[in-house]
Amino acid sequence: MDEILKLRNDFPILKQTIYKRNIVYFDNAATTQKPYSVINVMKEYYEKYNSNIHRGVHFLSDKMTEAYENTRIIIKKFINAKHSHEVIFTSGTTESINLVAYCFAEKYIKENDEIILTIMEHHSNIVPWQLVAQRKNAKIKVIPIDYSGNLLINELNNLITEKTKIIALTHISNVIGTINDIKKVIEIAHSNNIPVLIDGAQSIQHTKIDVQELDCDFFVFSGHKIYGPTGTGVLYGKEKWLDDFPPYKGGGDMIKSVTFENTIFNSLPLKFEAGTTNFNGIVALGTAINYLNKNNFNNIINYEEKLTNYLLMKIMELDFVKIIGLPEKRSSIVSFTLNNIHHYDAGMLLDKMDIAVRTGHHCAQPLIKSFGIDGTIRVSLAFYNTFEEIDYLCECLKKVKEYFN
Amino acid sequence: MNINEIQNQIIEEFSTFNDWLDKYNYIIELGKNMPPLSEEYKTDNNIIEGCQSKVWLHAEYKDNKVFYYADSDAIITKGLISLLIRVYSGQTPDDIINTQPWFIEKIGLHENLSPTRSNGLLAMIKKIKLYALAFKEKNKQ
Repeated sequence: MDEILKLRNDFPILKQTIYKRNIVYFDNAATTQKPYSVINVMKEYYEKYNSNIHRGVHFLSDKMTEAYENTRIIIKKFINAKHSHEVIFTSGTTESINLVAYCFAEKYIKENDEIILTIMEHHSNIVPWQLVAQRKNAKIKVIPIDYSGNLLINELNNLITEKTKIIALTHISNVIGTINDIKKVIEIAHSNNIPVLIDGAQSIQHTKIDVQELDCDFFVFSGHKIYGPTGTGVLYGKEKWLDDFPPYKGGGDMIKSVTFENTIFNSLPLKFEAGTTNFNGIVALGTAINYLNKNNFNNIINYEEKLTNYLLMKIMELDFVKIIGLPEKRSSIVSFTLNNIHHYDAGMLLDKMDIAVRTGHHCAQPLIKSFGIDGTIRVSLAFYNTFEEIDYLCECLKKVKEYFN
Repeated sequence: MNINEIQNQIIEEFSTFNDWLDKYNYIIELGKNMPPLSEEYKTDNNIIEGCQSKVWLHAEYKDNKVFYYADSDAIITKGLISLLIRVYSGQTPDDIINTQPWFIEKIGLHENLSPTRSNGLLAMIKKIKLYALAFKEKNKQ
């Protein structure tokens, strides 16, 4: 555990005092902080190697291309993809989902077809499918949850029909932290010949992902939530789907040859990486993942589990706190409300006590409404958080209660 | 008192606080003590939807002056609103339209006014001025 506590020193932002003490950053589900190695590599590559990838014949371009393609290999290994060309770089989870929704619908979705989502999706995994459904006159169906926030997977058997074309669901709820049994969902879906997209935005940084073992068809995540730069993301897709998809965006790098009569598209992965990508960011995303690899990701995961359990236990001791969602399996996210205190008021005061939390509907309005509330206070942890910070949060919550009563 | 005199008065009151929490504690007290808006005015028409807290604003026009009444579901937002009402309520449309709420920055609360802040305060200032403009136009007719 001492080794993990030391890692905190790698994150310069956490040494900062906003009001009175070092910032307590509990908004990791929104974005994670960056270690020195990630910050430094971005600076280093801008200073020494900046040059557009896949184009030049000169030293700098070669060097940058090599580093960019190296990240693809790092990610292929990290999620255990079969081929590195199944790893497509995007700007983030949102773009990855939009890409799949658009291309999949173009090829496979017809009028009256059905798309299955869950009630706990982030808006990013709802709206792209709604756009597709509107365009194709298709229908969206929703897997419900029980009172505790567990996904009712058995309902899937009632929802699936011969019209169901794809299932898209989150691995971990960004609001209540539920870890969904995606393996079971994928098994049920595949036994009906339906592909599955997993939104891994909240799971890639907290669990070990093996896309071959899961057998998911698509797995998407954002770089900035796994200690990498903003504007970077990944779409993993099985080769058979990606090969079959039409192109998503047209532009440079995604072509083999262009005439005004016809364009021959490039093969995977470049077919989906039109234009100049955020190549410097992608290099640094590789550095971020290497940081986890070097520092024993399994230890990090174990520590985060202990931290989450401690947070839950401490919060439950406070009689004026109501935890929203008590799922059987939870990742490092806990949402709650305070008796008679608006979440916005609580968030504002916690900020003045140097605690950064997220308040509101967390871009998941259908889920929030299903609990009959209009917002929560969300604490989301990362391995650089400490038990002491959780104690401090609980002390501050008591103070918040005093301020408003 | 005119709008600027009231703004100066508020700045003076806030100058006694040197701690952020004291400042917010005062705003919370203002919020708690603000009379609630009568339910008949809490209509969809009067709502200013922020992303996180809701604000209701009602305005009346009497003797060439605009009177504002407001409420919110969050106490801090309510406290901030009560300051705005203290500044603008009971003033003439022209004064309301032409005077900016510069006291907010002076008392260090401008963070509440950035467009990304989801309390609806920025939208409320806009609506206060729109009411004033509407009454002024109506008066001309």
